[in-house]
Amino acid sequence: MTDIKTAFENGKALIPFVTAGDPDLETTERLLIEMSKNGADIIEIGIPFSDPIAEGVAIQEADLRALAAGVTTDKIFDMVKRVRSEISCALALMTYMNPVFVYGADKFMAKCAECGISAVIVPDTPYEEKDELAPACEKHGIDLISMIAPTSAERVTMIAKDSSGFLFCIPSTGVTGVAGEKIMDIGEMVDLVRSVSSTPCAVGYGNPTEEQAGFAAKCADGVIIGDEVVRIIAKNRENCVAPVAEYIRQMKKAIS
Amino acid sequence: MSKGRFGIHGGQFVPETLMSAVNEFEKAYNHYKNDPEFVAELDELMREYSGRPSRLYYAEKMTKDLGGAKIYLKREDLNHTGSHKLNNCLGQCLLAKKMGKTRVIAETGAGQHGVATATVAALLGLECEIFMGKEDTIRQALNVYRMKLLGAKVNAVESGTMTLKDAVNEAMREWTNRISDTHYVLGSVMGPHPFPTVVRDFQSVIGKEIKAQLMEKEGRLPDVVMACVGGGSNAIGAFYEFINDRDVQLIGCEAAGLGVDNPKNAATMANGTLGVFHGMKSYFCQNEYGQIAPVYSISAGLDYPGVGPEHANLHDTGRAKYVPITDEEAVRAFEYLSRTEGIIPAIESSHAVAQCFKLAPTLGRDKIIVVNLSGRGDKDVAAIARYRGEDIHD
Repeated sequence: MTDIKTAFENGKALIPFVTAGDPDLETTERLLIEMSKNGADIIEIGIPFSDPIAEGVAIQEADLRALAAGVTTDKIFDMVKRVRSEISCALALMTYMNPVFVYGADKFMAKCAECGISAVIVPDTPYEEKDELAPACEKHGIDLISMIAPTSAERVTMIAKDSSGFLFCIPSTGVTGVAGEKIMDIGEMVDLVRSVSSTPCAVGYGNPTEEQAGFAAKCADGVIIGDEVVRIIAKNRENCVAPVAEYIRQMKKAIS
Repeated sequence: MSKGRFGIHGGQFVPETLMSAVNEFEKAYNHYKNDPEFVAELDELMREYSGRPSRLYYAEKMTKDLGGAKIYLKREDLNHTGSHKLNNCLGQCLLAKKMGKTRVIAETGAGQHGVATATVAALLGLECEIFMGKEDTIRQALNVYRMKLLGAKVNAVESGTMTLKDAVNEAMREWTNRISDTHYVLGSVMGPHPFPTVVRDFQSVIGKEIKAQLMEKEGRLPDVVMACVGGGSNAIGAFYEFINDRDVQLIGCEAAGLGVDNPKNAATMANGTLGVFHGMKSYFCQNEYGQIAPVYSISAGLDYPGVGPEHANLHDTGRAKYVPITDEEAVRAFEYLSRTEGIIPAIESSHAVAQCFKLAPTLGRDKIIVVNLSGRGDKDVAAIARYRGEDIHD
């Protein structure tokens, strides 16, 4: 099984995001296999949340579609467990604090470990609230991914020093897929991290152009694709697997 | 280290992008709350612009009719803009201006907080954008037009359940998009620290006035203080001054919609469980997987699936008691106060009036109840007419 660290050992890492259960879990299962085969190094699997406050419209709508179709945290764990042996890349779960908290942080992380999930990303849990999850993550060997935003400024050092897995670097303010204000340069951000920590940096975009992805790969260690895969799925529904695979191949090429 | 906890509740559960903004706000608040110039400026606005202190009115007819405890109404409905919301907006907008912000955004449910924010933004020369659930823009069409008149842009939120929680989601997203020139004027004692503390402090003028006014009229403290609770800003404003007066009973009245056993309710204390949402740990109406429940109340201002963290703690410690009031009970109280005292209360505040209606007759005539009348009901007249099946064109 590949963990987060080894995902960054073979060149620049490609990290796409997909909402579990949109349009259905069977399709998500096929997507995970194909994304892994076509160049994904880590896949962020989104557990849909009723109120994703850090997300733009594409992921909001995917979350609501998946929930309306009856997806639950347990069904997602079951799906990952079923398909894990067919996926060679690392897996991370991305969701909000409430689904983890209500499930029980300890039980949640134990399930992650059992299903071969290496990391969790919880965007509404900043450094100051890490202790809600960190002990359970540590106990079960799950990396709790920290985020750095252009507004982090003097917070970068504090966050980077205490990071695990990789650092999720957001190049501009704004929700997923919507570029807000640019305050701090990506290069600056990564340099600052590297001066205090050896944790790899991945840069998160909604829908990066090949140039953006190439540039981010040059100054960082990986590129996260926020919502473009979700958009391709929304457009192609059950027939999304081939176009998603093609897109992943292209992006892998762009960052290699 | 987690900040802004009330017992186990509270905290700062927001995306990293917003942390600098909430920290900047906390720093500014801690500075200006002790700045004599800021305090004087806010006092003057409260007095001259809003019309404070609001009256503490002895509802003699209601008292005699119910035949029990003596009832006083704290008339927050008489503030400029017609509700307690202005207290917080004056404070936060003045702070925003001191912080060099040129634009404010806010969520609104019934429209009272949106109107108050738009009003102060107009007064202080700030650009203003309001987020309101599409469902609520229909229920409260009059307030939408008021906000536009005041120069604000109103965004009808079409995501999720299209009510207050979705308006908060969208306002948070907008703040994430644009931080440098924008302050988010959160309207209740909820959200990430320091909002629950800041909003409580700006609203605590209500309880301070109640105490002083009742001392003057009766020479003693009240036996009961009651207020409606959605997020809980008018209630905490009324309660806070009395928290250490252990003999004063504090009662929060939450929206039970069609009943606490019916899925269509918003009674967080009765039905909610511990969770983390909208920046805070508190009680929320949600399912076993932590998905936030679509809640319902006739009152757009109480139609919210959570409650402020300080209330959650007052509930845990038993210092305050929270009771559910149904739509029907609230509407009856709305009609009762209109007929009996000639005061049309907001449908939100009517939830507190309804509890008073139940409690007053059970207490002796030597007891005193203060009901916080958080807002006036003009905005609700059309909706109540519809509820009663009257066909009026509003």
